[in-house]
Amino acid sequence: MKCRKCGGRAVLELRRHNTAFCAGDFLDFFRHQTLETIRRWKMLSRDEPVLVAVSGGKDSLALWDVLLEAGYTTAGLYIDLGIFDYSRESKARCQAFAAGRDARLIVVSVAEEVGAGIPQVKDVTRRPTCSACGLSKRYIMNRAALDHGFGVVATGHNLDDEAATLLGSTLRWDESSLARQTPVLEVTHPKLARRIKPLFRLSERETAAYAFLRGIDYIVEECPFARGATSISHKEVLNRLEDVSPGSKASFLLGFLERARPRFQAGESVDLRECLRCGQTTTGEVCAFCKLADQVRRAAPRSAVPLGSAALEPTDPAPLRGLAADLSAASEIHAS
Amino acid sequence: MKVILRNQGREVELAGRRRVKDLLAELGVLPETVLVIRGRDLLTIDEVIREDDVIELRPVISGGRA
Repeated sequence: MKCRKCGGRAVLELRRHNTAFCAGDFLDFFRHQTLETIRRWKMLSRDEPVLVAVSGGKDSLALWDVLLEAGYTTAGLYIDLGIFDYSRESKARCQAFAAGRDARLIVVSVAEEVGAGIPQVKDVTRRPTCSACGLSKRYIMNRAALDHGFGVVATGHNLDDEAATLLGSTLRWDESSLARQTPVLEVTHPKLARRIKPLFRLSERETAAYAFLRGIDYIVEECPFARGATSISHKEVLNRLEDVSPGSKASFLLGFLERARPRFQAGESVDLRECLRCGQTTTGEVCAFCKLADQVRRAAPRSAVPLGSAALEPTDPAPLRGLAADLSAASEIHAS
Repeated sequence: MKVILRNQGREVELAGRRRVKDLLAELGVLPETVLVIRGRDLLTIDEVIREDDVIELRPVISGGRA
C-alpha cells in the first residue's frame, strides 16, 4: 500500500477515508486534524493556557504531544487513582513524558482527596467502579484547573470513546446525556472550567499509531477495572459495524452532533449552585464528591485511611441515600 | 512466524507466510482494534509477513466510562 501524499510505503491505512499514509504524512495528518478541530470548534485560543488531563495512556499523551509541538502553553494533570501497579506505571509514564519535554506535570492523588484510592472506594460505594472513578476525575480536573489558574481542561477522548458513549446513551434514550454530549463543554458557571476534546474526530487506532510512531512510551495495559466495562462492549459492537461499513463511527457521532443534539439541548436546563462544603458546582446542596468522601470516611477505620481535604470537611449528617442519584447527576453535568 | 498478542499475554507460532489481513482473520481479530507491529514499524493490512518475522498485535481499545 502506498502513501496517498508522497507515494512512499504506507504504514497505516485509514479505511474510513479510503486512504493510507507513510509515517511522516500520517503524523502531519494527525496534527492537522487535531489543530483543525480546535480551530473549527473554537476550543482554544492560541494564547490560552490549557491543562491536559493525562492518564499515561496513548490518547492523552498523544494530545499533550500535539499541543506542545504546536506551541500551546500547557501543563499536564495526572490523577493518581491508587489502582495498584496500574497507577504506579501510568504515573511513571506521565512523569517521564513531562521530564523529557521539560513540561510541567501536576499530580493529584484520589486517596488524599477522597480518603481512599479507587479500589477501596469501589468496595465502599458498591457502584460500578468506572462511575466513582469518573466522578472523582471530573471533580479533581475542574478543581485543579481553577486552583492552578487554567480556564480550560483538555482530555484525550477519541472518536471511539465518544461514539461508544453516544451508543450507550442512545440505547437508554438518556436525554440528559444526549443533550450534554459535546466536544466542547462550555462554561455555565464561574466555577467550571471549559472542557474540550480535541481528538474526538480521530479514532483510537489513529491515536495509538500516533503515539507509537512518535516513540511515546504509553501504558498499553488496560485498567484492571475496565475489563468487562459496558463501554468496551459498545466499542466492540461499533468496531464490527466499522469493519463492514468504514466510516460508521464517524457518521454516527458527527451526524448526532450536527443534526440530533440540538433537539435534545432544547429542553435541557440545569440549575447549578455551589456546594456548601467545598464550593464546587452541584445541583444539590452538597456535591456528589463530598458525599463520596463522607461515605469513604464512615466506612473505613480512621487509622487506616489517609484522609484528604474533602474528607476532613465537616460531615453532612444527612444519610447518603441520594448518593447514587448525585453520582449520576454529576456525571451528566460534567459528562464527557 | 511468532505472533505476540499483547494484553492476552500469549504468543502464537504459525508456519508459512501470509498477508496481515489473512493473519488477523485467522486469529479472529478486527483490523480496527489493533496495531500490527514488526520491530519499529507498523504494517498495513496488505503487507506480507514472512515466516521468520516476529509480529506484535497491540490492542488499541481502552475503556471504562469516565
